[in-house]
Amino acid sequence: MPAFPPFPEAARQAVGDGVLRANLRHATHTIRDKRARAVAELADWDRLRAAGKAVKDHTLRHLDHYLVQLEEAVTAAGGTVHWAVDADEANRIVTALVLATGEREVVKVKSMATQEIGLNEALAAAGIAAYETDLAELIVQLGHDRPSHILVPAIHRNRAEIRDIFRTEMGRWGRPAPEGLGDDPRELAEAARLHLREKFLRAKVAVSGANFMVAETGTLVVFESEGNGRMCLTLPETLISVVGIEKVVPTFRDLEVFLQTLPRSSTAERMNPYTTLWTGTTEGDGPAAFHLVLLDNGRTDTLADATGRQALRCIRCSACLNVCPVYERAGGHAYGSVHPGPIGAILSPQLRGTASAIDASLPYASTLCGACYEVCPVAIDIPEVLVHLRERIAQGGPVTRNGVRVRIRPARGHTAERAAMRAARLLLDHPGALSTATRLLARARRLRPRRLPGPGRAWTDTRELPELPAESFRAWWTRERGTPR
Amino acid sequence: MSSRDRILARIRRAVGERGPDAEGEPGASGRAGAPGYARIPRDYLRVHGVRTPQESADLLAAHLAEYRAAVHRTDRHGLPALLAGLLDARGARTVLVPPGLPPSWLSRAGQARVADRAASTARELDAVDSVVTGCALAVAETGSIVLDAGPGQGRRRITLIPDHHVCVVRAPEQVVDSVPLALALLDPARPLTWISGPSATSDIELDRVEGVHGPRTLEVVLLTAAED
Repeated sequence: MPAFPPFPEAARQAVGDGVLRANLRHATHTIRDKRARAVAELADWDRLRAAGKAVKDHTLRHLDHYLVQLEEAVTAAGGTVHWAVDADEANRIVTALVLATGEREVVKVKSMATQEIGLNEALAAAGIAAYETDLAELIVQLGHDRPSHILVPAIHRNRAEIRDIFRTEMGRWGRPAPEGLGDDPRELAEAARLHLREKFLRAKVAVSGANFMVAETGTLVVFESEGNGRMCLTLPETLISVVGIEKVVPTFRDLEVFLQTLPRSSTAERMNPYTTLWTGTTEGDGPAAFHLVLLDNGRTDTLADATGRQALRCIRCSACLNVCPVYERAGGHAYGSVHPGPIGAILSPQLRGTASAIDASLPYASTLCGACYEVCPVAIDIPEVLVHLRERIAQGGPVTRNGVRVRIRPARGHTAERAAMRAARLLLDHPGALSTATRLLARARRLRPRRLPGPGRAWTDTRELPELPAESFRAWWTRERGTPR
Repeated sequence: MSSRDRILARIRRAVGERGPDAEGEPGASGRAGAPGYARIPRDYLRVHGVRTPQESADLLAAHLAEYRAAVHRTDRHGLPALLAGLLDARGARTVLVPPGLPPSWLSRAGQARVADRAASTARELDAVDSVVTGCALAVAETGSIVLDAGPGQGRRRITLIPDHHVCVVRAPEQVVDSVPLALALLDPARPLTWISGPSATSDIELDRVEGVHGPRTLEVVLLTAAED
């Protein structure tokens, strides 16, 4: 994994990019308006949301039970289940499975889990070419770029940029772009169709993720729109699915909740064009071999945090990105993670730990406005987790890393904040001192500087210091009501 | 310690040691779930609105059309001519016919028939112009047709590779109102494909473009009861 700059640094660069901001603004506003209409169609949305939350919380509480049940069901249906503690182990398992088929190329369905573990890079190191087949992922891959949105990874690119990428890069990977390719989305989609169809028709091995896994039946579910998912899930002889352990739900019936909430929250449609559900292997229809790789990679550590574990409810709909004022201006790359936006700001520091500067900065990449919580179809209280993680970073405290309970030290650079909090606690615990302090402050209001000295300077670089009132609230109350409180 | 045991042990530590599981509560299909499963709130609606069968079929048609599927209506007398007309209008020379498709459906079609065989390669299927299938059911509220590889539907790939898919839905028998009602009728052991409009992408500036990898043209025929 390359080292990403901390969020404030990356964001400062991004907000200076006018094209990027225009692309993002257009996209996020379009999709958030459509989503609101799609959600308003269902009178029971709040109850579906509560049920989705409850299903996920219940499953997480009994994750061991449901994973074992899932393993039994997948195995009984003709699949093989593998368990991977971390990214390296998952990559080793997938690489070995591909090599065992004798193939040197795989087609891929868009999958956050395989991006998270850096699977394409690991396969390349073993001499295996991995082709992304989702149009947006293809744009990202051909552009030597990184995804910047959960649902529409190339959201930061406009049509002219995409045409240029296709023209210069397609020929190096297979069928070149047609002569004189224009920048009409229809033309660009057609170029992608021709380029990728060659790969689909010869592919022997596919790699996918999954949106849901059903413990009771061993069924896996993939939601998509283009048909590239169906191509990968049904044409090759071998299918390897890498799925985070939090994606399991107890029963087939539970899907009735998410089949209603996921499409409306993510693409703002009543239903996405294609949803594929498969259970193990089916004689004569689809892959003859099916492997399921169950991925931990920080998820059990996240589960160990009673406040933070709600991030594991996430169904990757991306609604929180589209309403976030910070995401809208900074873009997905600033988050330095495959999970951008508000959910990325709570998921990445939990999955990866907060040792790096980027991960320690992510919980601060928010205004805490709460819009992300409002739209979340599984009611993840993202602001609550952000504040919780900020506290953990500023104060230090117990966390679980790689299954082991450790105590992290307070992060550097938060000394002033900690000192301020200590001072505040002292004052608030001592009413006499507090009233003296507020009186003194009111008298000193003419002396208010425009910028703070010392460690406070960074804070006032981007903020105005508040005006000091002529008298404190407590003084005002006493004057107006007569009784000191 | 295997990775499996390590992960399961980490989960148990993370959620707190629980006593031996109480008697499992029955899941939706009667199999035991973990304790507490039955307490998940299910007060959401089974269906969003009260509709006559005719209204459900109309809603299905409207939602399919909104996602740019072409919707046609006929009865069994009109079906052979309608299907022949749709294939001719497309200029199709070959049509894929899954096993179990009623032979009368294509009795008027002049196209060469291609059988759905396990031995066919993806490249052979790519050369086929159109495919005609039935379905397991259709969902009015979401505008979806669901295939489960049952009679008249064939393997999953045959409705994917050809660029033109004609799907016949018996209305009202095969039309259900909502997702919860649909799932209750489906068998998870079968491969299931939910199709809501033709293949589409919104990846370029969120402009919706129909047809990337799957069929670019989806035509749905609502087959209603004959008047005789």
